[in-house]
Amino acid sequence: MDASDLLLQATGLGKRFGGLAAVDGVGLELRRGQVHCVIGPNGAGKSTLVNLLSGELRPDAGTIHLSGRDVTRTTAPRRSLLGLGRSFQKTNVFPAFSAFENVRLAAQSRAPRAWRVFDAAYRRADLRGEAERALAAAGLAARAEVAAGTLSHGEQRQLEIAMLLATRPSVLLLDEPLAGVGGAEAAALMALIGELKREHAILLIEHDMDAVFAVADRLTVMMNGRVLASGTPEQIRADAEVQAAYLGALPESEAAMEAAHG
Amino acid sequence: MSASIPASRRPASGWPLRLVLLVGLVALLAMPFAGSDFYLNLLTRTMLLAVFAMSLDLLVGHTGLISLGHAAYFGLGAYVAALTVPEYEPGNLWLTLLLASAAAAAAALVVGFFVLRTSGIYFIMVTLAFAQMMFFLFHDTPLGRGTDGIYINVRPDSGLGFLDLERASHFYWLALAVLLAVFLLLRRLARSSFGSALAGIRENEHRMRFLGYPTFAYKLVAFTLAGALAGLAGCLLAFHGGFVNPELLNWQQSGNALFMVILGGMGQFYGAALGAFLFAAMQEGFGLLTKHWHLLMGVVIVLLVLAAPRGIAGLLEGRRDGRQ
Amino acid sequence: MDFASFLIQSLNAVQYGLLLFLIASGLTLIFGIMGIINLAHGSFYMIGAYLAFALSSALGSLTAAILLGGVLAFGFGWLLEKLLFRFFYARDHLQQVLMTYGLILIFEEVRSLTIGDDVHGVAVPALLDFSLPLSADMAYPAYRLLISALCLVLALAMYWLIQHTRLGMTIRAGASNRDMAQSLGVDIDRLYRLVFAAGVALAAFAGMLAAPVSSLYPGMGNQVLIVCFVVVVIGGIGSVKGALAAALLIGAVDTFGKVLFPQGAGMLVYLLMAVVLLWRPHGLFGRPERA
Repeated sequence: MDASDLLLQATGLGKRFGGLAAVDGVGLELRRGQVHCVIGPNGAGKSTLVNLLSGELRPDAGTIHLSGRDVTRTTAPRRSLLGLGRSFQKTNVFPAFSAFENVRLAAQSRAPRAWRVFDAAYRRADLRGEAERALAAAGLAARAEVAAGTLSHGEQRQLEIAMLLATRPSVLLLDEPLAGVGGAEAAALMALIGELKREHAILLIEHDMDAVFAVADRLTVMMNGRVLASGTPEQIRADAEVQAAYLGALPESEAAMEAAHG
Repeated sequence: MSASIPASRRPASGWPLRLVLLVGLVALLAMPFAGSDFYLNLLTRTMLLAVFAMSLDLLVGHTGLISLGHAAYFGLGAYVAALTVPEYEPGNLWLTLLLASAAAAAAALVVGFFVLRTSGIYFIMVTLAFAQMMFFLFHDTPLGRGTDGIYINVRPDSGLGFLDLERASHFYWLALAVLLAVFLLLRRLARSSFGSALAGIRENEHRMRFLGYPTFAYKLVAFTLAGALAGLAGCLLAFHGGFVNPELLNWQQSGNALFMVILGGMGQFYGAALGAFLFAAMQEGFGLLTKHWHLLMGVVIVLLVLAAPRGIAGLLEGRRDGRQ
Repeated sequence: MDFASFLIQSLNAVQYGLLLFLIASGLTLIFGIMGIINLAHGSFYMIGAYLAFALSSALGSLTAAILLGGVLAFGFGWLLEKLLFRFFYARDHLQQVLMTYGLILIFEEVRSLTIGDDVHGVAVPALLDFSLPLSADMAYPAYRLLISALCLVLALAMYWLIQHTRLGMTIRAGASNRDMAQSLGVDIDRLYRLVFAAGVALAAFAGMLAAPVSSLYPGMGNQVLIVCFVVVVIGGIGSVKGALAAALLIGAVDTFGKVLFPQGAGMLVYLLMAVVLLWRPHGLFGRPERA
């Protein structure tokens, strides 16, 4: 694991809303080939953290570096173009457009000649190819022509991922991709995430502990805006403070741990 | 593959709508051979109004920017015509058109820089406010020669032997050509990469930003282009009518333009043109009935919004195309 | 400008500002709480002014006209909400803009049909038709001071109502979360109707108050509306405090502008707005618009 795999580094992030410190002194690292999960109770500051990393919010303190480049003051669109992709907890697609068009638009953001005013956008072969690739990777090839607003909840989560993929990011910020998704669809999404980590650095916010411990390479536990503990899943499981906070919520079985990490 | 064009972008597929548009086009083409000068002039004015309405549709229907101050650029184009041509000689048509569009574009660029920082209801209010500012510029300062207005005594010279703008039928052809050209231009634009991005901004600007699109820049370009086209229409209208006054920039003009856009049906440009024709017909028709025709217009507007929010084109299309 | 002139202009600025505040507070309340943009708000001001004109000649007294007119305006607002506006809470802004634009046309023409297009004036009530001396040769009309005083009292009453009473709390709750408030037993429909009617009454009351000091002419409502928009933009939507600050600021800029730069005075207020937009796109006290 060499230094070039360190794709995102955040140190000392802080954000206050009025008198409340939603995030305080938070740092983390995202490396290619790793899934870094952030867990914590509601109100711990996870969403705020993602918003700070993606550029939706400006931090009051701290820095963010993307592949060594300081992006603390960079706008959200610019961060996206630099390779920072984000999916949303609340479905944030284009409901009136087909799934295909959703992904095509995502692909177009990267394409050269995105400003062309006289080309035939919907027939551009490069964008169509890119969109088809991303849809297939996310498992939505069969539903390409359906209006995004009428897709099932799980399919919309897949669409979010497809749109993310079409922008060819290096870092993925996934904000509760499993929210409201059950059973087989959730398993499929987790398998997808497991595949994606080979090429990308992934930040995953999730509540489903089984899923988290099955896929995480590193874990950060947040509470009240601060980092409670950070380390490998084994370290976190053994951490006394975390155990006190999450009494009984962590997976017990060693076998499950071994199965996940070989 | 049909899904390559998103549901909300497909051309009119309801046959009643296609029929209406076709009949309308044929009628427009036939008019100079059958109609009197009175009707030719009326239709010329209406066609130029349609260009104005289509330019607003680029903002409202296609990009989702509800501008309540679009008449400012329309009026500015008209004033450029009035202020730059010689008093008793014909001006240069193409040069003046270029100047008017450029001036309107410049104004839209400056105003857009301010107003596009806002969104939602703020945007609606500030576009109105800036238009009002321009209205005062022409109304109160010597720039616009005040409320009495300016006359353009001679129609411009087209420089083309076959196009004599003093003749009603020739000006009519020019206006029709401009109408069709602007329509085709806007349609092509809507289907381009740039245009599809504008549509994305309309649907979910937040998401577009997180996909990496610099949405402010996109909106500013659209706003500027729309202003330029409005200025073009205003310039031609000034040449046609021979008179400009500050009322061309007032907010009733902006409000009426918005009415035309929604009346016809938004986003496909032919709707805006249709709306302009319907509006002109209502204006003439109601005007014959009573001098208080504004009352009838107001009632029609309220009823339209209550009963047919997708406009006449929406009614003719018959099916829901996924747009709200 | 000598001190007396300065004082007079300052008092004028305050009076104009407070009047603007009254009208704008109705607008910003209706938008902040119900999410409706109402272009016809200026028409309510106009209706108030013409009511004062019609009723005062019928009743012989401006005071009686204002009292009756206030009640009528409230009732009118109540009916308007019940019959028309309540269908538009869920509609998008474009439809609201267009519908209220249609209303403006209707109101203007009805006024034209009933009262005509002439310019009218309303007399100051005899009791208040005197001036307070400010210096050896300058005096200030008492009626204008009354306008300022009444507007100020109303402003304070509104603040107290919204911040310190159950009704105000209910209104604020309804603003931030309609469904939640409803499920807690608040009759939201009635509440919205009340707020709307109050907004209409405020605008109309301002029109009635101002009638003796400004002339009544076609289009007066539209003029006022646009300035109110600027007040709301500068002050921030939904913020009554912002509306007050912005209205006073505009009152000052407009009044002194007319004296110091008569040619460009009409544009000064918009230039001010442009500056504020550069610095605070959501207004001085506004929050980003709720979805």
